[in-house]
Amino acid sequence: MEPVITSYCRITNTILNTNGAAQIFGSEETGQQRLTEIYKNLGMQYPKFHKMDGLCKLGILATEAALQNSGFLDRHQPDTIAILLINKSSSLDTDRTHQQSINSKEVYFPSPSVFVYTLPNIVIGEIAIKHKITGENAFFVAGEFDPKLLAEQNLTLLKQNQVSAVISGWVDYENGNLDALIYLAEMVPDSIKNSKFKPLNDLTIKQLYY
Amino acid sequence: MAEVFTSYNSVISPLGFNTKDNLSALLSNSIGVKPVHFGKLNELFCLAVINPSALQAHSSSVKHSEQFTKLELLSVLSIKDVLEQSGISLKDPKTLLIYSTTKGNIDLLERGNYSGIPESRAYLSEMAGFIGNYFEAFHTPLVISNACISGLLAIIHAKRLINAGYYDTILVCGGDLVTEFTVSGFKSFNALSTKPCKPFDAARDGINLGEAVACMIVTKDKALKTDTSLCILNGASANDANHISGPSRTGDGLFKAINDTFKNFNSVKPDTINAHGTATPYNDEMESIAFERCGLTHVPVNSLKGYYGHTLGAAGVLETIIAAESAHINELIYSAGYSEKGVSGTIEVIKANQQTPINHVLKTASGFGGCNAAALFSKF
Repeated sequence: MEPVITSYCRITNTILNTNGAAQIFGSEETGQQRLTEIYKNLGMQYPKFHKMDGLCKLGILATEAALQNSGFLDRHQPDTIAILLINKSSSLDTDRTHQQSINSKEVYFPSPSVFVYTLPNIVIGEIAIKHKITGENAFFVAGEFDPKLLAEQNLTLLKQNQVSAVISGWVDYENGNLDALIYLAEMVPDSIKNSKFKPLNDLTIKQLYY
Repeated sequence: MAEVFTSYNSVISPLGFNTKDNLSALLSNSIGVKPVHFGKLNELFCLAVINPSALQAHSSSVKHSEQFTKLELLSVLSIKDVLEQSGISLKDPKTLLIYSTTKGNIDLLERGNYSGIPESRAYLSEMAGFIGNYFEAFHTPLVISNACISGLLAIIHAKRLINAGYYDTILVCGGDLVTEFTVSGFKSFNALSTKPCKPFDAARDGINLGEAVACMIVTKDKALKTDTSLCILNGASANDANHISGPSRTGDGLFKAINDTFKNFNSVKPDTINAHGTATPYNDEMESIAFERCGLTHVPVNSLKGYYGHTLGAAGVLETIIAAESAHINELIYSAGYSEKGVSGTIEVIKANQQTPINHVLKTASGFGGCNAAALFSKF
């Protein structure tokens, strides 16, 4: 058994790249419009999507693309899959929206449907709900994309006896900018080895991002 | 696998600027939550807020304290306390700082709160980096922001990173403030009580927000063993996969986190549970069901929210420290605010301080995003 990355999805403002098959985007102007464009492109039917903030939408889309045709959810029990994500801006994009609504005494009107998204780990909750995944959770914050931290955390998690696989990566949404890499990391027996699988280490994670 | 255990600690809260003062306050059942008028609308809330003049008095020991936000200053004071007690240094390549917070310097978004401090320190990594730089930390601090389980999750991950061989010693610091941001948000959820909160009680009607910074060393270095050290046997987290802002009615996620924690420790019987116990109707109900499903019906349970309010990202660290201190003196601490059982699960909530041997402690936490965590500690 070796720890490998079996599938990934990279999303930027202009590109949706699923396992090396890249599509160019960018005709839409705002971050929210680009998210909707990707949603349609993936053929998703998930009405809850439209209620989410940008960070959650981005995480849901990148995870969906990485999971499509991966066989990942057939190989693992949902209670043995961990979700571990990192970003830079935590939930600041939505935090600023909440702050605006309480900035003045006169129009002081916080909305619970905004406030609930002022935590970065809500994106983990949304992914967990969508795919009924009940394993380990962790959300970290780092100053920049940090492949070493991701590899260190993934390998540490895979050593836990209740974890068989990890949905992991970087999901950052701020001021309409999309920046996500979601990959699936798992222990794979030699019998199902595939040349497309990549060793789980910081070098691989770095290559998938850049 | 080397034993990983808790070591020197420090708590700064409305009940005191060190762990000793906090513990004496708790043992005399003093509570930190108080009715105060708060925010632009000057509404009455029940909150646990650190006395500004006490903070002012302590901050003289920090060089250029005017360059720090309130949370940074509290964090520096608390970390300094632990470094001085233990003699460890963050300059050591085998030592890491993990910072646990939900909102960090969120008060920087409110104009006029600070002058001369860049808003970029609202980025959690910049805040933690600033604190790390003060102590000339070798490693960039690791920030964990996972709602209300952040603190407990930080302790669990500290143990795992040490077991994996990446570090020998990790200083876990948890901190969050009472801000207009969080007070207005929880108010919009109708989640705030205007009276001191009553975890697990029949008359509970919501949370009190509180602020605190709590620091604790997690290590495998035997030289750092203290009187109050507890071995971290195991810990786990789990997701309800049910709802982003409400707990599972059946306590599935917490049940799983506790079960996973006990996986290789089935013979260990906890002597007490330090629960999350926020005093919202749904959370406490969910916890009681999960505890019952785990067969923990006769284990004395408390929540410290009645003393400190809900300190968000600090809660898991703060409450683990107090649980360790109370285990050391073998005293179960009264679950403040509790008088009549108001949850359907069979649990035994602590009604008065009581001497009893405490060898094993279970700590749990749950939060928004459907997250749950549990950790099992033992004297050794």
